[in-house]
Amino acid sequence: MPETSPPPAQSPPIRLKDPAIAGFLAWLVPGLGHLYQGRNAKAGLFFVCILGTFLYGLSLGSKEEIGWGRVVYFSFRQGVKQTNGQRLYENDLRLHYLFQVGAGLLAMPALIQAAWDPTGEHPLLGRFMAPPKLEMNDQGQLVAKELYKQAPRLFDLGTTYTMIAGLLNILAIYDACCGPVPLELPKRKEDDDEKEKKKDTAAAEDGQ
Amino acid sequence: MNNDLWYALPLVISVSLVYAATRHEQMGPILSHAFRIGAWIVGFMAVIFAVLFLVSLRV
Repeated sequence: MPETSPPPAQSPPIRLKDPAIAGFLAWLVPGLGHLYQGRNAKAGLFFVCILGTFLYGLSLGSKEEIGWGRVVYFSFRQGVKQTNGQRLYENDLRLHYLFQVGAGLLAMPALIQAAWDPTGEHPLLGRFMAPPKLEMNDQGQLVAKELYKQAPRLFDLGTTYTMIAGLLNILAIYDACCGPVPLELPKRKEDDDEKEKKKDTAAAEDGQ
Repeated sequence: MNNDLWYALPLVISVSLVYAATRHEQMGPILSHAFRIGAWIVGFMAVIFAVLFLVSLRV
């Protein structure tokens, strides 16, 4: 159902078209929801800022030894795993992905990689956004040693950049669904009525 | 001064632009609001930097 949003002061009314579709498109590709609504300038701004932040984060965490785009990966491996009669404790809980997935399609290769056989490389994606192979540490736990031992110095900063890009896209999704957030809360009509009543009674008292 | 602080600059620009864009529709108000937010973030970081610097001198 097409909807319109009350715009901030001195700007034309905004046609949000179908907010659900706009929100979904905005999640899929930053700015696409705004493009669908004809808000082209904001579409460009969101696309450049969010995509730029995400890609810069990917590049900060990349290195030849570990491959490109390893700061984004999907891995929720935690618990005891039975292997050849051995009990091994796996520990690789990548909660950062919950934020990174806010960037939509950009973070989707990580899901493909997680579903792929972890012992081999994906034929198209290679190691791009692949979860690390787990190796045994000194305490007998399976951890992501392969990635973190060779990760570049700015790996964590790259992770932060991609997480913030995902969070910024959530703001953009809200804007696509509901329009700009008003700077001031709209005045309640009851408050205005009460003020009017008080004025009237004060004027009446003065008249007496 | 630690050069790693420069990595905050693209993030400040990006965050302030996106935040301001969720508050306005026209480009003029977006840019002026983004500038104000960016200045506020940099100022806040400068205060925190100064406090931490003073603390590090005393330790």
